[in-house]
Amino acid sequence: MVEEINSLPPALELRGIDKRFGAVHANRDLSFAVAAGTVHGVIGENGAGKSTLMNIIYGFHRADAGEIRVHGKPVEIHSPQDAIAAGIGMVHQHFMLVENFTVLENIVLGVEGGPRLAGGLASARAGLEQLARDYGLDVPLDTVVSELPVGLQQRVEILKALHRGADLLILDEPTAVLTPQEADQLFKMLGRLRAQGKTVILVTHKLREIMAVTDRVTVMRQGAVVAEVATRATSSRDLAEKMVGRAVLLQVEKGPAQPGATLLTVRDLEVTDRLGVPRVKGVSFTLRAGEIVGLAGVAGNGQSELLEALAGIRAPSRGEIVLGGRDLVREGLDPRARRHLGLAHVPEDRLRMGVVTGFSAQDNAILGYHDLPAYQRGGLLNRAAILGGCERKMAAYDVRPPNPHLRIAAFSGGNQQKLVLAREIDSDPRVLLVGQPTRGVDIGAIEFIHQKLVALRDAGKALLLVSVELDEILGLADRILVMNAGEIVGELARAEATEEKIGLMMAGVKGEGRA
Amino acid sequence: MSPPAKLPRWAELGLLPAINLIAALLLSGAIIRLIGESPWAALKLMADGAFGSQESIGYTFYYATNFIFTGLAVAVAYHAGLFNIGAEGQAYIGGLGTGLVCLWLGAWPFWAVLPLAILAGALFGAAWAFIPAWLQARRGSHIVITTIMFNFIASALMTWLLVNVLIRPGQQSPETREFAPNAFMPGLHTLLGKIGIPFTSTPLNLAFLLALAAAALVWVLLWRTRWGYALRVAGRNPAAAVYAGIRPPRVTLGAMLLSGALAGSLGLNELMGSQHRILLDFPGGAGFVGIAVALMGRNQPVGIFLAAVLFGALVQGGSQLSFDMPHVNRDMVVVIQGLVILLCGAMENVFRGPLSRLFAGKTRSPKSEIRNDGGPDA
Ligand SMILES: Nc1ncnc2c1ncn2[C@@H]1O[C@H](COP(=O)(O)OP(=O)(O)OP(=O)(O)O)[C@@H](O)[C@H]1O
Ligand SMILES: [Mg+2]
Repeated sequence: MVEEINSLPPALELRGIDKRFGAVHANRDLSFAVAAGTVHGVIGENGAGKSTLMNIIYGFHRADAGEIRVHGKPVEIHSPQDAIAAGIGMVHQHFMLVENFTVLENIVLGVEGGPRLAGGLASARAGLEQLARDYGLDVPLDTVVSELPVGLQQRVEILKALHRGADLLILDEPTAVLTPQEADQLFKMLGRLRAQGKTVILVTHKLREIMAVTDRVTVMRQGAVVAEVATRATSSRDLAEKMVGRAVLLQVEKGPAQPGATLLTVRDLEVTDRLGVPRVKGVSFTLRAGEIVGLAGVAGNGQSELLEALAGIRAPSRGEIVLGGRDLVREGLDPRARRHLGLAHVPEDRLRMGVVTGFSAQDNAILGYHDLPAYQRGGLLNRAAILGGCERKMAAYDVRPPNPHLRIAAFSGGNQQKLVLAREIDSDPRVLLVGQPTRGVDIGAIEFIHQKLVALRDAGKALLLVSVELDEILGLADRILVMNAGEIVGELARAEATEEKIGLMMAGVKGEGRA
Repeated sequence: MSPPAKLPRWAELGLLPAINLIAALLLSGAIIRLIGESPWAALKLMADGAFGSQESIGYTFYYATNFIFTGLAVAVAYHAGLFNIGAEGQAYIGGLGTGLVCLWLGAWPFWAVLPLAILAGALFGAAWAFIPAWLQARRGSHIVITTIMFNFIASALMTWLLVNVLIRPGQQSPETREFAPNAFMPGLHTLLGKIGIPFTSTPLNLAFLLALAAAALVWVLLWRTRWGYALRVAGRNPAAAVYAGIRPPRVTLGAMLLSGALAGSLGLNELMGSQHRILLDFPGGAGFVGIAVALMGRNQPVGIFLAAVLFGALVQGGSQLSFDMPHVNRDMVVVIQGLVILLCGAMENVFRGPLSRLFAGKTRSPKSEIRNDGGPDA
């Protein structure tokens, strides 16, 4: 860790930053400093105003009041261009890359350095290869971005920022989309950046990451700074308490499972992708009432395809999915018909599939349930019922701000997720498929969501949980299936499962007790 | 790179279109100045020509009626994520349906002819839109291309029909015989006269009220029914639609059928209301103006109504202008219309950036909660 006794002015200093969105006071008189050559963590509940603050620093939003200083000098940042000029770079949670351009073209985009592309590309290539060597940021420069895994796409974003001369790098929830392995690589890289004197601001919900890589942490709550500490002088538990303002259960509290009747049976299911490559290869398992089954695996081993096939979004090429005595595959039931049979689904990628970003919260709260009789009256949509239903869900799931008319895009990520969960759980399903339920969600809300899932289990429902967070699977699941290369390579009862065992199976070592 | 600038709703729906319109008028004024006429006098002439008398108001709203139908047609497709450039052809073929009913059943009483004529216009227009829709939904043929092609096919088909089949015997110009008077749409002056309000005789007719009803119906369908909800979900986020059990191909078909039916209703105004026969090229470009009307009206029925009236006024005021100003001919008027389309439609976002910066500087809450209900999500 870098010593903080540092006479240099801080790389970034915020003084009295204030920002309102209508009635929402997103940033309240925020002040803190980030020392040069450190990794500075920023944590806080969903909606605490972290992204808003980062967007202000990067020039996406404009503060209503306050001052930003970079290396001691006040700067006016009105646009991302101003931020880049001040040496600030940002990696967004949703990458801003042109998918069908190569890595090199993406990085050079906007800084081509003259009308002739070829010359710019050649000189950029040399510079980038140097950068890649310095920071161990290897990416294939001539590959088309859409062909890269998410972890590498993120690297492209980082390289892009460095290529533009960034000296301070802002990462807003960078690991929300990464597998744990990719996250580890990212953190190694951040370490190298720091060693070279760069400054990093890391926004995350994962206290483990804060403890592992940061030098100092700023804790935000309801738009204000509530604590700032040296990482060495604190602990996960302590930070969690500061964030939420009360003691938080980092472990899920639940009684033993009492599995009942089998609700869902999957037999020999095979799913192929558009190119005809099998992604799920003859998978069989059952879900019983009153249990949570965790599906573990390194991302990209077929869990997503399996989940989508169960939900009716992808047609399997072979096999059976039996729910309530009916074979969903043979009957060719679509997601709507499956919902009517009591099969609800929280999708892994909320923004791509789970919500319509241009719609209000209330219109999103009926997505997939818009044809329920409860929402109709006289052949028309019953707007009063839709509004009331949304208000009720928002209250029950503590969605903030509780305003059904607000566009869903104006909610923080965690609050969007709570609304999606509310929508699916509220439909009183028999079987709930959940993908990454706590992705991008703060620890207070994680505790809440986990409690809801356990309560659903205790009410005699069957849950299938897909998560790249091994902790989450170990914490919630009563039974664990491990997937590798499209197959279920092992099944473990919770009592016999350890991180090591699962890790080995995820790597493809076949386990005992095959399902 | 920055997110699309958002404005308060009143600025989005009122101020921005007004600024665009003023910019278009200023540019037009500069051009009129260049050819040696007074812009101010031209503006007054146009305004007077469009709204100065009962007669001019009648004509303005008569033209606007066509644009409401085609504007709604474009908007419905737009909400489903489709760009229907074929309203012109759908209006043409839809008018054929309406016209055939009037020709064949013109002896029946009006109140029997009217529903059949409405139905036939809608059916023919919908059928013409169905083929491109089906090709898009099932075979992935791009609807922009196919609807353009179907405009040409419609035009060729109608020319053939009018020249060879439907032409009034013993006549040179390719048009049908006149409908029986029972199949004339009552003029609004007649209807107003019945309730004791005197109004000059103009082509403005009952179809105007039908167009308003269609606008109300579109609003109810899109924003108050589950069918419209599904349509808008599929238009904005097809992946979320599939997740919700909505089938985007089916939405494509349904939306285009409704779109074609709306465009196909143009004949009610143009043929039953004014021409009283089927003739060559009677839509007269209203299908294309509908695109500008939908864009400018933000694809909302009320906005479409206002934009349609504006374009109706441009047509009517423009012909007055070319009549009274020696140097301004019909082509000049088309240039002015083109400028309005350019600034209010194609380049409607030119002033958005500066305007939103102004709001960001002036008010404490630059971000409105409401976004313009425009396009499908990226
Ligand atoms: N464009 C906007 N319009 C209106 N309100 C907004 C807008 N953007 C953010 N907000 C509100 O500002 C508050 C802070 O949101 P922000 O996204 O900064 O939270 P966050 O700390 O990043 O949360 P998360 O951890 O869930 O990402 C929230 O209440 C949010 O609803
Ligand atoms: Mg955030």
